[in-house]
Amino acid sequence: MSANPLAKGGPIKTREEKIVTIMRLSAMAVAILLASPAVFAEDIKLANVAELSGSGATVGTNWKNGIDMAVDEINAKGGVLSRKLVVTHADSQSNPGVARAQVQKALDDEPYVLLGPGYSGSVKVTASLAEQAEIPEIMGGEAAELTKQGYKYLFRTSFGQQSTMPKVAKYIADDLKAKSVALMWVNNDFGKGGRDVIFAELQKHTVKIVADLSSEAGQADFAADVAKVKAANPDVVFVYLNEEESARALKELKRQGVNVPLMGETTLIGQKVIDLAGEAANGARGHVGLTTDAPIESIKAFRERFVKRYNYVPDHNGIKGYLSVYVVKAVTEKMGKVDSKEFAKTLHGMTISAASEPGILMDVTYSDTGDIDRQGFLVEVVNGKQVIKQVLPKLN
Amino acid sequence: MSNFINLLIAGLATGAIYAIIAIGFTLLWQTSQTINFAQGEFVMVPAFFILAVLNLGVPFWLAILAGFAISAVVLGVLFKKMLVDPMLRHGVLPLAIATMALSIAMKESVKEFYSAEAQPFPSIIPAGSIDIFGVAVSLQSVGVLVAAIAGVIVLNLLLNGTSLGHQMQATAQNPSVARIIGIPVERMIMLTFLINAALVTFAALLVTPIYLAKFSSGEVLGLSAFIAAIVGGFNQVRGAIVGGLLLGVVDNLAAAYVSTQYRGAFPLLLLIVIILFRPEGLVGRTEERKV
Repeated sequence: MSANPLAKGGPIKTREEKIVTIMRLSAMAVAILLASPAVFAEDIKLANVAELSGSGATVGTNWKNGIDMAVDEINAKGGVLSRKLVVTHADSQSNPGVARAQVQKALDDEPYVLLGPGYSGSVKVTASLAEQAEIPEIMGGEAAELTKQGYKYLFRTSFGQQSTMPKVAKYIADDLKAKSVALMWVNNDFGKGGRDVIFAELQKHTVKIVADLSSEAGQADFAADVAKVKAANPDVVFVYLNEEESARALKELKRQGVNVPLMGETTLIGQKVIDLAGEAANGARGHVGLTTDAPIESIKAFRERFVKRYNYVPDHNGIKGYLSVYVVKAVTEKMGKVDSKEFAKTLHGMTISAASEPGILMDVTYSDTGDIDRQGFLVEVVNGKQVIKQVLPKLN
Repeated sequence: MSNFINLLIAGLATGAIYAIIAIGFTLLWQTSQTINFAQGEFVMVPAFFILAVLNLGVPFWLAILAGFAISAVVLGVLFKKMLVDPMLRHGVLPLAIATMALSIAMKESVKEFYSAEAQPFPSIIPAGSIDIFGVAVSLQSVGVLVAAIAGVIVLNLLLNGTSLGHQMQATAQNPSVARIIGIPVERMIMLTFLINAALVTFAALLVTPIYLAKFSSGEVLGLSAFIAAIVGGFNQVRGAIVGGLLLGVVDNLAAAYVSTQYRGAFPLLLLIVIILFRPEGLVGRTEERKV
């Protein structure tokens, strides 16, 4: 072999010598990197599976953008335990079958935490995979049944229906003084779950259900559904559809001149729905767990940063995605290590305060089932804006 | 009764939009043997052309004109020159498969360049209601119905009341003979593609404010218009009109009076019945072809 040209300071004469030199320099660089683990520690891998296309594209896109913003913020401040967060995104196409395949693929890469999906139906078919892999799944689903299955690795980012529907039913009965309600709900796990809970709750308040109408996810034409609502002549219409369908239903309700109060949940009065439905959204009311119009400074600041970055006002899914990453940060820093199994044990029963972790925006407490307790809001859409009518305090 | 009138008008309005799209199907089939499985996406895309121009800050009416112009070039001229002409010489089936591929390409392109999220789209018809026989009916439903009927009348006048229309019909019936008697067949076929581009853009203007602008919104429209064309008669423009209106009304009345859950099944049931008992369609004519 030729002598080292760098050591001698002589010219490199052959191609073979050049290759040898490059290999030696590479080996030196690797040695230096390995010798400094504190500075060049392994990244913390997060995997996001969300509805980036299909009927839930609004949900998934907001969720993903919230995640990306949180990851960039945290990394800009030195990461978590001096380690950089790295997130991969996969599209469930708003289809539970695809979501299951994507989650399995994501889990095969052994991420620290799985983020998403947002649709309850997709969470339902993926929670068992995360459970088997012993990897925490922080998701956006709201169906009541999700956290009743005894999963140890499943965590919400928003209220479950069992928390919100009793409040909505009480508001319909006591504040709106309604005697009859027409229900419009989407025929999937989310819609069916919400319909079952509100149905039972309204009956407890002796409110009569005069129309009980299911529609398909992605349905475009609500003329017949609304005609049935009109024929039933209810005091209140409860609309529990996904965002885009909510916008179409609101437009059709206005087109057909339905003037009774429209009540719902976050998916009826979210910012995207207001943008899509325009004037037809005015007057709609609902319970929201998270809203960028909340009179809370940390949320106002979040909204400002989000709008600056993405040039649109996020809905609650944007906040949920953002919070999911800050939950990872708070739990990991409390543990002082990166350990998926320990993560799940630590988060059960844990309270994360906005004072200690500003990125969490509002104090939140996780139960042993993965449900959350947090402040909530009763909102009405006025002139295309969410107006907070009541702040519902954290229970514990 | 007021409920029924509202449903009927809403159904006719939706059906009229299906009819406009279905007319495009039948025109392309008659003049160039093109079964365009991307017809639904042809309705979805002009909405995004218009939105893209609107985003430049121009008035809505100018954006509409630009939408028509861009559609004429992309969905008329380019579609014919770059896809139909090269594929048609290999037969009808390869062309049909190519249009399926085109529909996927169009959806994915809109998703990639615009976003997968639905977008609001302004309406050319004002909101509100009007009184018909003492029943308050949505102005938008009536407006869509009137606009669609006006569009169909204009098209019929063009096809039946002008020399150009007669030449197009002759081309559709027998291109060889049409060529012998001096009709510029190629120009007539191109004109059909341009008319189809105008029809889908017109349909997009009417339906997008209701369905919202979204990459996947063409799926339902394309399928409904295809069923409407078969039910009415694939080889007759008036068949497409009858099929479209019938489908819209059946869909709405079935959803309201039978079941909202099974509403998607009724158009398909109608299709099966027609194929079994009157395969040429309600007002279509029996066609024989050499194989």
